[in-house]
Amino acid sequence: MPPLLRFENVTKRFGSFTAVDAVTIEIEKGEVFSLLGPSGCGKTTLLRMCAGFETPDAGRILLEGRDITGLPPDERPVNTVFQSYALFPHLSIRDNIAFGLRIAKRPKNEIRNQVDRMLDLVDLTPHADKKPAQVSGGQKQRVAIARALVNKPRVLLLDEPLAALDLKLRQRLLVELDAIHDEVGITFIYVTHDQGEAMSISDRIAVMHCGKVEQIGRPAEIYEAPRTSFVAAFIGDTNFLDATVGMPLEGEFSRACVDGLGEIVIDRDKPVHPGDLVHLSLRPEKILVSREQPSAGPLDNAVQGIVEDVIYFGARTRYWVRCGEWRLCAEIQHRKFLLDEQPPVWGDKVWIRWHANDGYLLEQYHSEDETLLTLPDED
Amino acid sequence: MQKRRAEILLTLPSLAWLVAFVLVPLLIVFFIAFKPSLPQGGIGEGWSTAAVRALANPSYPELAWRTFWISALTTVLCLVLALPVAFYMARLAHAWRARLLLLVIVPFWTNFVIRVFAWQQILHAEGMLAQCLRAIHLLGPADSLLYNAGAVVLVSVYTFLPFAILPLFAAAEKFDFGLLDAARDLGAKPLRAFVSVFLPGVRQGIVTAVFVVFIPMLGSYVIPDMVGGTDSEMLGNKIAQRNFNDRNIPQAAALSGALTLAVLIPILLRRRRCNSSDSTMKPSTR
Amino acid sequence: MHRSKIPFLTTLLVLAFFYLPIALLVLNSFNSSRYGTGWQGFSLQWYARLMEREDLLAALRNSLLVAAAASIGSMVLGTAAAFALHLYRSRLQDRHHLLITVPLVLPDVLMGMSLLTLFVALGKSLDLLTVGIAHVTFCISYVALVVQARLQDFDSNIVEAARDLGASRLQAFLRVTLPLLAPGILAGGLLAFTLSIDDYVVTFFVKGPGADTLPTLVYSMIKKSRELPVINALSTFILALTFVVVALAQRLTRPAAR
Repeated sequence: MPPLLRFENVTKRFGSFTAVDAVTIEIEKGEVFSLLGPSGCGKTTLLRMCAGFETPDAGRILLEGRDITGLPPDERPVNTVFQSYALFPHLSIRDNIAFGLRIAKRPKNEIRNQVDRMLDLVDLTPHADKKPAQVSGGQKQRVAIARALVNKPRVLLLDEPLAALDLKLRQRLLVELDAIHDEVGITFIYVTHDQGEAMSISDRIAVMHCGKVEQIGRPAEIYEAPRTSFVAAFIGDTNFLDATVGMPLEGEFSRACVDGLGEIVIDRDKPVHPGDLVHLSLRPEKILVSREQPSAGPLDNAVQGIVEDVIYFGARTRYWVRCGEWRLCAEIQHRKFLLDEQPPVWGDKVWIRWHANDGYLLEQYHSEDETLLTLPDED
Repeated sequence: MQKRRAEILLTLPSLAWLVAFVLVPLLIVFFIAFKPSLPQGGIGEGWSTAAVRALANPSYPELAWRTFWISALTTVLCLVLALPVAFYMARLAHAWRARLLLLVIVPFWTNFVIRVFAWQQILHAEGMLAQCLRAIHLLGPADSLLYNAGAVVLVSVYTFLPFAILPLFAAAEKFDFGLLDAARDLGAKPLRAFVSVFLPGVRQGIVTAVFVVFIPMLGSYVIPDMVGGTDSEMLGNKIAQRNFNDRNIPQAAALSGALTLAVLIPILLRRRRCNSSDSTMKPSTR
Repeated sequence: MHRSKIPFLTTLLVLAFFYLPIALLVLNSFNSSRYGTGWQGFSLQWYARLMEREDLLAALRNSLLVAAAASIGSMVLGTAAAFALHLYRSRLQDRHHLLITVPLVLPDVLMGMSLLTLFVALGKSLDLLTVGIAHVTFCISYVALVVQARLQDFDSNIVEAARDLGASRLQAFLRVTLPLLAPGILAGGLLAFTLSIDDYVVTFFVKGPGADTLPTLVYSMIKKSRELPVINALSTFILALTFVVVALAQRLTRPAAR
């Protein structure tokens, strides 16, 4: 069975700038699929090509096996929720939602029933006769969703739908959006630059960078097993280590030498040979910080260092620890608050420890991706 | 290519109209300036530089100079009055701002000719103002308030002041008045703060105000004709006079051509400057 | 902190300066004195005289005719121009924009003079038609300016949204773009109407003999110093009329109810 939607080697250029570069993505029926990346990565252009507002310079877009590449937007069974909402200011909320059905010349009573059902779904029945300017940002957002969904599109395209809202509202609407998806079962393509949004709503995510897809996968896969340094640094925070592979150990493990840090154990889940230079991504929360030397098994790495920076976040504390020539970021979740317990402070000598499994081998590494990491000023 | 055709189709109506009734007429003016005039009036055959050379007659430079200083004086007076008004309006609460703005605009819904006529009556020799001034010996029995350059400037200021207030108000509305407090906090006296912080802050508005007052003033016709005398005749009057009274159309065209250049050249220069700064600020996206 | 009283006082002074002449004009229209030298009692005689003047009525008719033609013509041409300038960036639009700017900055005397030479060169006799053409010419730019400003505030996503919801190009234009721009286009048209009604100088240059509009007729009455109090009455009448029209325009230009 073919995928619901397939982008096939799609390329789009604006002048000399290549916005989307030979992208191939397959999206399955019923899933929430996110296009995640920084601004200018091509995610919105990809979405606009899917909606029909841009035409690819090369490649095809197939919907249920049918080539829709050249179809104008009004002939595609696809609807969009715009970042700016793009509600018609001269029409009431009800007429906004009815717009698509009226264009399609559906019978009057069917239109009324469908619109009422949608108003109910997005909880806007009491506001049906107001103009868009008279309702709040969150309500506008829900009108935009209802206006698109009422047409029962094969795919609903959402272009940064929550970007204009404040944090609390964003989180609430995200939950609502998820509930709506469960209820209508329509395929969502969700464009966002916010990794948190993408992680929480998506079945799968495509991380995009400079017009290319860096990785496609389930949220946990993307977070735990980033393919490239860009994915590792853009989603969450991490530490990069470069190591030279040494003698293999039993199982999938191997010794490795990190210049200026010492000998460590790595998980070689990718084919590497002694002498290869490899790059590891090590998430801060995988690193344990303690004053006393921790008990370390054969697959644990324990290194001594000095605390250089501490940031307290309430639920957790973040430490930057100087270990030899390296400065590693570690994050400790607070489970209980003990006044007697003395957490490490600036200048303390501490031990850090991580399991070999937690240092993840990257397929591709670009040193410029380190600028995406949050670093306190070196002093 | 289809897009190009749509652009041409959409542009053609107004472009063709403007070429036919703005560009071509202006070119004809320059053309006729180099035609000989007939003694009985009208345009003669062949070519002649007489009309253009006549511009060097002492009377024309004198006329041009008078046109310039009346326009300049009007512009300065408009700025002097409009700046405090804009300053005051911009500091008002929103609702009051809108009301005051309306109050500024409303008088100018009356017909321009009628407004000048109203002033003509006020300044009239038998009018109340003149009688009052004579009564307190501020005005001699033979002196007149009308038909002099002062009357022209006064009525011109009356006519153009709203056009100076509007752009200055628009600029002042965007001005961050906290900067004035900062200047005061740093030790500046109120006037100093006004001059060295507020005025630079509304510079764009001042430039626009100068343009919308000074340029139309150069082409004044009605005001000097109605309230001015022989000592306050301006270029516009001379163009009309040469055209309608003397039927010396080439001379009128030569004067018009000179005035057109004087008006359009600074505007084209300004436009070029704006365009180049525009293009550096807005790199072409997509 | 002490605030200077100068801005407030200047504003007060300027407002008095603006309103006094007009107030005197209105007052004098009810003054039975022929020369307005002093108050000689309330009278409606000038309004009665006004009603008798059939030439004024004919001039008013001419003015309305020209203004209607100028506003309709400039609405069509100016709106097309605004769309062209808004949608495209090209050398053609640079030239187009320059030509649109010229009538905004060209003094009326030059506008009138140049159009007169055109009509003379073409051998076209001067009449109401030439006045109408001249008025359309200087109104296009103002309409284009007003509509272009509206277009700049216009969220182009809204048109895309309409297309996305199944509307064809034409449907999107008729159901979304036009209803949203209509107030702007009408405001431009009303501005054109008032500019045309108000114009004296350009009309003076290109009008034919006997084809007087209200301003040119009033002007010649003033010049001949005839029946000046009737002009006061007429002015008051026009003032009242303008208020009605402008109040209407204000309602139209106000953004849709919020």
